[in-house]
Amino acid sequence: MAYPANYRYTNQHEWVQVKGDVATIGITDYAQHELGDVVFVELPKPGNKVTAGKSFGTVESVKAVSDIYSPVTGEVTEANGDLQNAPEKINSDPHGAAWLIKVRLSNPAEVNSLMDAKAYEAFIATKGKEASA
Amino acid sequence: MESVNSPTVCQIRKTPLNALHHRLAAKMVNFGGWDMPVEYPSTGGLVAEHKAVRGSVGVFDVSHMGDIRIHSGRNPGGALAAVQHITMNDASRLAIGQAHYSAMLYPQGTFVDDVIVHRLGADDFLLVINAGTREKDIDWVRENTKSFDCVVEDLSDSYTQLAIQGPRAIDVLQKLTDADLASVKNYWFTHGTVCELKNRLIARTGYTGEDGFEIYVPSDTSTGNEVWRKVMDAGREFGILPCGLGARNTLRLEAKMALYGHEISETVSVWEAGLERYCKMDKGEFIGRTALERAKAVEQSRTLVGLEMMDRGIARDDYRCYDETGHAIGIITSGSPSPTLGKNIALAYVPPAMSAIGTAIYVEIRERKYKSQVVPTPFYKRARKVAPQPVASSSAKTV
Repeated sequence: MAYPANYRYTNQHEWVQVKGDVATIGITDYAQHELGDVVFVELPKPGNKVTAGKSFGTVESVKAVSDIYSPVTGEVTEANGDLQNAPEKINSDPHGAAWLIKVRLSNPAEVNSLMDAKAYEAFIATKGKEASA
Repeated sequence: MESVNSPTVCQIRKTPLNALHHRLAAKMVNFGGWDMPVEYPSTGGLVAEHKAVRGSVGVFDVSHMGDIRIHSGRNPGGALAAVQHITMNDASRLAIGQAHYSAMLYPQGTFVDDVIVHRLGADDFLLVINAGTREKDIDWVRENTKSFDCVVEDLSDSYTQLAIQGPRAIDVLQKLTDADLASVKNYWFTHGTVCELKNRLIARTGYTGEDGFEIYVPSDTSTGNEVWRKVMDAGREFGILPCGLGARNTLRLEAKMALYGHEISETVSVWEAGLERYCKMDKGEFIGRTALERAKAVEQSRTLVGLEMMDRGIARDDYRCYDETGHAIGIITSGSPSPTLGKNIALAYVPPAMSAIGTAIYVEIRERKYKSQVVPTPFYKRARKVAPQPVASSSAKTV
């Protein structure tokens, strides 16, 4: 799956797309693949604060629980309610319909320190090598 | 000081099919020191594998399991006496060609390991043991059978062991063997030609709560690969899938089969684990019997129960359990979503007073408490084939 060029990425495998002062956050295709069949998602409610680098929720597959770390700091404006009944969307469309939350940014400059698609692809390529070594 | 760490403990071990799993792009994990497949994402992954076994057929590489053969020394009878001494079930009741679930116990009545005992001959037994406890088990068996007139052989590295599981397992394997599989009853075994390999052990056993077979073939890589390929070819028409440890765990959990280090361990007794059905106190002396006898007279402090989550949350291994008033009462031993039931299920140790069906138990998940309730187990039981009604006799009754 291609990594959208207009997204930024974390080394914890979240993506963020910024439009104005609102960021949409999700997990990457690499992350969903590592997790396997996603069966449960726990997300913060609108109004909650999230902090860059801190966990804001969890995604669970049959066999594992994974924390999701916020790429940015701000206030949650929306959580993707569709995922409650259809968590498997995270496996099928992680970069699109299965976005997790939207956040009003308190420090938009934070995004600049994140990886772009090219850097992220290089990053996960080294992961693949570690795994097969 | 000299290091006491054995180098074998640090080195990851591989089954003869390891390279095959990597070729199939399986997600691999270190399981008790073994590099094993968790799931095969390219053919559907864990849930698809689980459903294949419940609905049709799947195949598992279980070559990491250990095998110990105990047979006669100078005089017959020594092997049976040794097996009776080191295991809790009554091996004297096994017919030749029959197997049963059993366990090796410490003197305090807790578990060294659980085992499947196969009676190969009048005084010849094969014990199939867990991968993670192999060395410990073999040392234990050698140490505790010393005074018996028997020979103990570690055959763990002699076999590639495949588990073909599911309602269509019999149809798949029957294509590959001359043995009449329909005549092999559950927990019995036979020997036959499998994939042109003569005199192979074929057991109607498994760890999935489903019908199925486990086959033992020589452990060289080319034989293993060849048998695997033939099983996959024979299973193609039934949609056979390679299955990993992930599905193996969800399948065994639904069937409430114990996993060493979880439901049973060196600190859990037979009574607590609810495995009294397999512990034959009347068979005579065996290691652990005296302690179990004593423990019977004392009130048990905990018992294993099945839980179903009522709140939206997934109980996982080692999560803590609480009663309604917030008192810590126990611990989850295994917990997972159940692909068959579409519910979140778990096994937990709780006080006997909290074990009645319907009792509310709260599971702590990430610092919040989620409601669950005690439910009957096993969570899943396969439908046994019902014998067709004898038409003649039933019509005779109505006349």
